[in-house]
Amino acid sequence: MPFIPHTAEDVREMLAVIGAPSIEALFDEIPANLRVSSLAEVPTGLNELEVMQLMQSRARQDGRPLCFIGAGAYEHHIPAAVWSTVTRGEFYSAYTPYQAEASQGTLQSIYEYQSMLASLTGMEVCNASMYDGATALAEAVLMAVRANRRSRSARILMPRSLHPHYRAVAVATAGNQGVHFEELPYQPALGHTTIESLAPFAGQDITALVIAQPNFFGVFEEVDALTDFAHAQGALVIAVVNPTSLAVLKPPGAWGDKGANIAVGEGQPLGCPLSSGGPYFGFMSTRMEHVRQMPGRLVGRTLDLDGRPGFTLTLQAREQHIRRAKATSNICTNQGLLMLAGTIYLALLGAEGLERVAALSMQRTEQLTRALTAIPGVRRLFGRPGFHEIVLAFDRPVAPVLAALSARGIEAGLDLSEHYPELGYALLACATETKSTEDIETYARHLTEVLCPARAA
Amino acid sequence: MSLPLREKLIFQYSRPGRGARAQWPAATAATAAAAASVPAQLRRTQRPLLPEVSELDVVRHYTRLSQLNFSIDTHFYPLGSCTMKYNPKACNAAALLPEFAGRHPLSSVAAGQGFMACMYELQEMLKAVTGMCAVALSPLAGAHGEFAGVAMIRAYHRARGESERNEVIVPQAAHGTNPATASMCGCVAREVAVGPDGDVDLAALRAAVGPRTAGIMLTNPSTLGVFERRIEEVARIVHECGGLLYYDGANLNAILGKVRPGDMAFDAIHMNLHKTFSTPHGGGGPGAGAVGVSARLLPFLPLPIVAREAGLTGGDVGGDACGDASAPASYRWLTERDLPQSIGRLTTFAGNAGVLLRAYVYMRMLGREGMRRVGEYATLNANYLEKRLTQLGFDAAYPQRRASHEFILTLRRQAQENGVTAMDVAKRLLDLGFHAPTTYFPQLVSECLLIEPTETESKETLDAFVAAMAQILREASEEPERLRRAPHTLPVRRLDDVRAARLPDLIFKSDAA
Amino acid sequence: MSNIPVDLQFTRSHEWVRRSGDGTAEIGISDHAQQALGDLVFVELPEVGRVLGAGESCAVVESVKAASDVYAPLAGTVLAVNDQLRHTPELINRDPYGGGWLLRLRLQPSDTDTGLLSAADYGALAAEG
Repeated sequence: MPFIPHTAEDVREMLAVIGAPSIEALFDEIPANLRVSSLAEVPTGLNELEVMQLMQSRARQDGRPLCFIGAGAYEHHIPAAVWSTVTRGEFYSAYTPYQAEASQGTLQSIYEYQSMLASLTGMEVCNASMYDGATALAEAVLMAVRANRRSRSARILMPRSLHPHYRAVAVATAGNQGVHFEELPYQPALGHTTIESLAPFAGQDITALVIAQPNFFGVFEEVDALTDFAHAQGALVIAVVNPTSLAVLKPPGAWGDKGANIAVGEGQPLGCPLSSGGPYFGFMSTRMEHVRQMPGRLVGRTLDLDGRPGFTLTLQAREQHIRRAKATSNICTNQGLLMLAGTIYLALLGAEGLERVAALSMQRTEQLTRALTAIPGVRRLFGRPGFHEIVLAFDRPVAPVLAALSARGIEAGLDLSEHYPELGYALLACATETKSTEDIETYARHLTEVLCPARAA
Repeated sequence: MSLPLREKLIFQYSRPGRGARAQWPAATAATAAAAASVPAQLRRTQRPLLPEVSELDVVRHYTRLSQLNFSIDTHFYPLGSCTMKYNPKACNAAALLPEFAGRHPLSSVAAGQGFMACMYELQEMLKAVTGMCAVALSPLAGAHGEFAGVAMIRAYHRARGESERNEVIVPQAAHGTNPATASMCGCVAREVAVGPDGDVDLAALRAAVGPRTAGIMLTNPSTLGVFERRIEEVARIVHECGGLLYYDGANLNAILGKVRPGDMAFDAIHMNLHKTFSTPHGGGGPGAGAVGVSARLLPFLPLPIVAREAGLTGGDVGGDACGDASAPASYRWLTERDLPQSIGRLTTFAGNAGVLLRAYVYMRMLGREGMRRVGEYATLNANYLEKRLTQLGFDAAYPQRRASHEFILTLRRQAQENGVTAMDVAKRLLDLGFHAPTTYFPQLVSECLLIEPTETESKETLDAFVAAMAQILREASEEPERLRRAPHTLPVRRLDDVRAARLPDLIFKSDAA
Repeated sequence: MSNIPVDLQFTRSHEWVRRSGDGTAEIGISDHAQQALGDLVFVELPEVGRVLGAGESCAVVESVKAASDVYAPLAGTVLAVNDQLRHTPELINRDPYGGGWLLRLRLQPSDTDTGLLSAADYGALAAEG
């Protein structure tokens, strides 16, 4: 019986103390017709050797292709010290820090995380993390509706240049609470959102404007002009940002005259493996004036009975276990382990290291762009500067090209035709610091062979 | 002179110019040029406040922090409703195999069949143990799964032209997420009373249902640690008025392999994979809140979901949830085209895949016999512990009922007689080397401790816990002050919550020491 | 045991009313309420000028263990709020009927007393709870 330590002797003694004839008798309050007799569809158990052999075989089946996909999840080098520390049993198998005296390790690491992300985003307070970037955005939308007392419309402007899955999650989550979303177009030649697209909303009651920086195409938005326009309309500004890019980009707290009101984003690039899409962590930070509207856990520093400093969960009255129906959200998780990975990652890299990762990623994407656009039939779509992703236009449908490259062990990027049909045959590709010159040349060589088989000879 | 932090902040290790240089990519002319391509007005001008420390500083600091924690790996952790069972290391090793850890979520399906096979089989095994018709894995936590469940119920009523059904019935003893979730779905929570024996008050329930009822949210066994004996009657009452039944899977560990929510006529359920299926709690997360549905809610499931070529219910597999490896199967992701009435996408990608892989490995190791053992031994341990503690002189909240996988003690008497509260007992247990049980939940029982030992704890561990509680009972009458000022031996004493809330210190500021 | 001044009226939800005789009234929460909540850490007050119906939620008082709504005992318009509570919410604990007042209302002319309890009746209610 895996993981159950009881011997037959133990069971006999325990039943004697309880005064029951058998374990089955302990279920006698449950109507007999509800009791299951067998779980025939579940296979019989495997021991550890057998299950590891199974998993290794499944893993080998998938292999390790060369990956040039970004689109919200980014491959960065994760220092070995991150997960060797995160998987320590004292972190891995600890619970939520409700008994503060027994959880100072968890609590202090959350406080350090809050501090680092607040500074990275240029904000005054940061929560202990949310499930992921998309749900953090959905929660930020609900927070803006609560916090913007002057607005009654619950209308949120979301740019089309924001990640399509983020827009879908926001609608699926907040749509049930009377929030209305409106889509802002982007400038088709430049790939960013201009003030002109906001002009139709001038003078109207708008609760919040969402601005992604960089946007889904990797292109830089004009965050200052957009922020100031929104504030002039009485709307709050929700920034959706990439944490690595914040090493080189002006943080949301410094956008426009007054700064964004809420900053959210996906923390995965900071020390979390790609892992087929999760677990990741979302970050959310804001100004102190909005702190009581912010969902999620918060850790604060205080003193104990002896006057020694220590850490505890605070401002909990906003949360579900106290407010119940009036809570700011039903959330009771923070992504503890992933947030810790992000904290250790940032501690190891520091500002200098993070800047270098950002710069090298930008440089590799530039190198990738040059190598691929040298191939006939491939051109760069948008002229504006961007971070570490590029949209490339092809002279033929992208899907078969991707399939051919996948068969050669290269995951070459994301086909944009499903979410952005207006871009024609377009691919979103990404190169981070993990891609070497050889990797880029490999991609270029295989793409040449796929696109022009005769020429590749 | 003021006392220092037990372990100083990482920022306090910083020295200008120090860094973990082995982790820094090279700075070259090419990278400088790339960074300079950022337009001037968008460039960051002030460095963020991040530590400037060596790699050894980082490792030493966070290792020392870990040593300030209680955890399952170090302590018995009988937190009621949390299911703190042993997290098998093999689950972590499998999930972190480089091919799984390194796979991009948007990679081609052709290069992901191994991963998708694990996801598909996990869906099938969860269906089998819960008796539900279909399962979706994307919700990222229990509360997220709850949201999906109630949203599906809402969508079902709307699709039938009954949008006025916006009331969700919730027992008084329910977990705080239940009414919060109802609000998030644009519904109103209606509380019904629970009787003195722990079961839902049927008369109150009959009075509460009607044409505006969307459904009822129930945990079974309930948060009071006892089985809802008239669940079939509850289901009948709610279904007859047109409402649906939602199952909060927080207490599934009590009945795993013994009773199935599908057989209790639930229409939607969420499972807490980080409780019942032993994925790590991680100091607060990540979780995974897979949802299961009856046939009528299938069209509304959140996306994406893995399907085999035959479609959603996998009818071609025969009776076996995990197919024979020699018969090649082809897996794909279902999308909005397959499920046009889906409540939509609840996460950027496909859910907490790494957590799902851990749950898959756990279920494969348990197998069908192991699953049944979970419910049996969790229940044995809880009943044994309740009996021994009541023999010592503690008061059980429902002494006439069988314990499920957890039970409640009330310290009302000790509070009145000795001025010692559940909080004091909890804090003193920490001194004696045990993590405290859940305190003050459910709110229905005053001065309560909700105790859940789980099936992975041995009789010796339970006996040691009983010995500690015996000591505490003695101290309650002989030295109550010792309890009221506990803990005494931990890295910190009791913390000033009021100060923390009145004078918020939520981030480190560099001019403060 | 809680303090219940005889010159005030009370609600079942533990608010008190002090009428000034000039068509205005002061509102707060009772001693019993502040004891139950514990040390208060934050108070959310309505905007001056807001029009309230009787029984409408108009403020939130927050301690470490609970955040409770405060309901307007009578209909009226908010004339003033106690700004001191922003920095010193503990005034409510120390002096719930004096320095811990929450807001002042200009009462609607047609207000009725129904539902308000006398100090004696509130005392009986608070003793049960």
